[in-house]
Amino acid sequence: MKLYFKYLLIHFKSQLQYRTSFWLLSIGQFFIPFTVFLGLYLLFEQFGQIKGWDFFEVALCFAVIHLAFSLSECLARGFDVFSSLIVKGEFDRLLVRPRSTFLQVLGSKFEFTRVGRLLQSGFVFVLALSNLSIEWSITKVLTLLFMISSGVFIFTGIYMLAAAMCFWTVQGLEVANIFTDGGREMAQYPLNIYQRWVTRFFTYVIPFGTVNYLPLMFIIGKNEGNELLTMLIPMAGSLFILPCFLVWKIGVRHYRSTGS
Amino acid sequence: MIHLDGIGKSYKIAKRQTGLRQAAKALFYREHTIVHAIKDISFSINQGEIVGYIGPNGAGKSTTIKIMSGILMPDTGICTIMGYTPWKDRTQYVQNIGVVFGQRSQLWWDVPVADSYQLLKDIYKIPQQDYKNTLNLLIETLELQTIIHTPVRQLSLGQRMRCEMAASLLHNPKILFLDEPTIGLDAVSKMAVRQFIRTINKEKGVTVILTTHDMNDIEALAERVILIGKGSLLYDGRLEELRKRFGSHKTITVEYKNNPNPVHIPGAATLSWSPQRAILSVDTNTMKTSDLITELSSQVELEDVTIESQPIEDMLVQLYKEYRV
Amino acid sequence: MRVYGSILKLRLLVGFQYRTAAIAGVATQLFWGFITIMVFEAFYKYAQTPPISLKELIDYIWLKQAFLVFITLWFRDNELFDLITSGNIAYELCRPCELYGFWYAKLLAQRLSSAFLRCFPILFVALLLTKPYNMTPPQSFSAFLLFLTALILGLLLLVSISMFLYISVFLTMSPVGSLLIFSVIGEFFAGLIIPVPLMPEPLQKIADLLPFRWTADFPFRVYSGHIPVQEAIMGIVIQTVYTIILIWLGRAALNHVLRRVAVQGG
Repeated sequence: MKLYFKYLLIHFKSQLQYRTSFWLLSIGQFFIPFTVFLGLYLLFEQFGQIKGWDFFEVALCFAVIHLAFSLSECLARGFDVFSSLIVKGEFDRLLVRPRSTFLQVLGSKFEFTRVGRLLQSGFVFVLALSNLSIEWSITKVLTLLFMISSGVFIFTGIYMLAAAMCFWTVQGLEVANIFTDGGREMAQYPLNIYQRWVTRFFTYVIPFGTVNYLPLMFIIGKNEGNELLTMLIPMAGSLFILPCFLVWKIGVRHYRSTGS
Repeated sequence: MIHLDGIGKSYKIAKRQTGLRQAAKALFYREHTIVHAIKDISFSINQGEIVGYIGPNGAGKSTTIKIMSGILMPDTGICTIMGYTPWKDRTQYVQNIGVVFGQRSQLWWDVPVADSYQLLKDIYKIPQQDYKNTLNLLIETLELQTIIHTPVRQLSLGQRMRCEMAASLLHNPKILFLDEPTIGLDAVSKMAVRQFIRTINKEKGVTVILTTHDMNDIEALAERVILIGKGSLLYDGRLEELRKRFGSHKTITVEYKNNPNPVHIPGAATLSWSPQRAILSVDTNTMKTSDLITELSSQVELEDVTIESQPIEDMLVQLYKEYRV
Repeated sequence: MRVYGSILKLRLLVGFQYRTAAIAGVATQLFWGFITIMVFEAFYKYAQTPPISLKELIDYIWLKQAFLVFITLWFRDNELFDLITSGNIAYELCRPCELYGFWYAKLLAQRLSSAFLRCFPILFVALLLTKPYNMTPPQSFSAFLLFLTALILGLLLLVSISMFLYISVFLTMSPVGSLLIFSVIGEFFAGLIIPVPLMPEPLQKIADLLPFRWTADFPFRVYSGHIPVQEAIMGIVIQTVYTIILIWLGRAALNHVLRRVAVQGG
């Protein structure tokens, strides 16, 4: 939406005002996931492979999830920090404007310093792709793009759920981090390395599995299933955001009937 | 234009306990009390009125304002504003209202004011030509030329409030809700804000609902006041009426040629006396000021007379006392 | 001592108020522990002769989660940072000799009270889990004692390292830059990303040279018995030596910086 971009612009302008800290934070944001990736690399040096996957295959998985995560961190940060919005009483201001609260919260905060993490995942992405022998096709490229974009939808959905919780209580929101940071750490590996119940939960409840195992197999060429169907799997994952949106609406309604 | 009928709202508040044992108990069970914020509020406001909405803290003012601006949903009652039910038709309704929260800013902190206005233009979908016209008018009236390109964080409170007022009017709303708009402002800025409100009310017919603790705002702007206390509507009428009922006392200071005898006027109270000067208080409902002065001049040789109205704060204190709020 | 007691009680009270936050925090850490273990489990499935057994690794991971505040560098005292950057430090400069001790005690108390709330629930759950995720109770009483000593010394060592962070703020005037890079390196070589034995040889050598591994990697492996008793006692001695040296250096550095500040007039 055009308005969304206008919001982006105004935040970009305001963050540029603080140039040095912007760069310092961005650099820092690069190094933190870098050490995680380093750890990954060293583990592979030690063990060679993990349940049949080799380093570059896992690296691709890693890159996709981290790309999705850092993109959603940059763009949907408004929901992540929603608790401070509510606490400061700024939400009333949003209700007095003739736009949906969803759009306004989305546009309430962007954190461009997260671009450091984005860059880091970009490097890993390129690294992985250049070291894997993949027979590319249109469907494979599309699948890869859908994996990343659906990942963004899933993470944004989790952020929305956490933000919606703020309408009932401003405490204990750390739990959401289990699913965002935790989900990221977990889904950076192909899901089949975990126990079955983990795989099941993270495929059917919070659908990281749709941007992870099956499409990944397809891209690497290990999958024998229907091409078109596999391409649609990530899209199914992005539907996750719909129930999250519903919960958000319910939360707004609750706020408006109880005040705060 | 604005109709409220039987509006009521209550809140559930959790009870908080002190001490370690109670806090541990609270881990498992929380008690609640029900607070009736407002009860049976009804009034009507016509287009173009400026209404002062007053009452002590916790009386239910902000609750009513939130209901009228579509933020909050009441438990009971009907509210129709310009044909809309505020909380039901929120996005369409709020296109026509402007709100200024005195202590909170709606402008983006680190960017120039003009950029905030641009974004508001997009949020409210204001057509370019209308936007330009309105903006120019606002800049002129509020004298924003020098500050419109400064980031908000560098502005003084008075400058910021002027920008806030302009921001709330960019989309030409028909109703303006002002919540403590002059709080913390210096005298000059206060006057500028009041002048501005008068102007837009007169020239654009904007209905203004003003919540404030500063009685000078009320005196300068509102002909009609609605008093709310302990959740109920206590008074709805003209300011003069209020003044007649509670503000009828006048304080008269007289200076005269040395007179050893204390001044005494039946029907008036002597607040202080000295051989050269006396301060008297009279209820103008019972005795006319002119009669008092005539009486005085028969007792002393008057040199100077000063007549002061009762400060509006005192009036309010009396009002609250009478209604026991 | 009584002061610490009442500070602790206050923290607990606050903790109860934010009961959901406390539970959420514990849940988060349990979750992280789980994931880490599951990833390693998958790696270990086809591993031949790993330098550290899975059981010992699991102990390591749970201890890391339980005592996280004892070992991470990024647990920072914003108040202190603001004090330095704003220049209000002038008020504290009356006795530059004692300033180090005062700040040191403050940082120590913060970490202790923070860990106190979290470590017990986490350890409790970790010990009660089903195989193979559970943490094994200590091998022997002596191993446990050694572990406790190593842990406490590790904490003292860590605080003395983190003091340098605050000192560096005097020079750079911005807490963010120095903090980030330093803690990233420090945490890596403390064994927080992967345990030191799992690192390749050259990195292990670097880790052995740096003091970081004595804060986390060492005490945790003493617990599981991966580091035998003899080596553990030696290690404790090394910890003590490091701590003393770093405190001494830290004090000198702080005094030097403060003198510079005083000369320049804040």
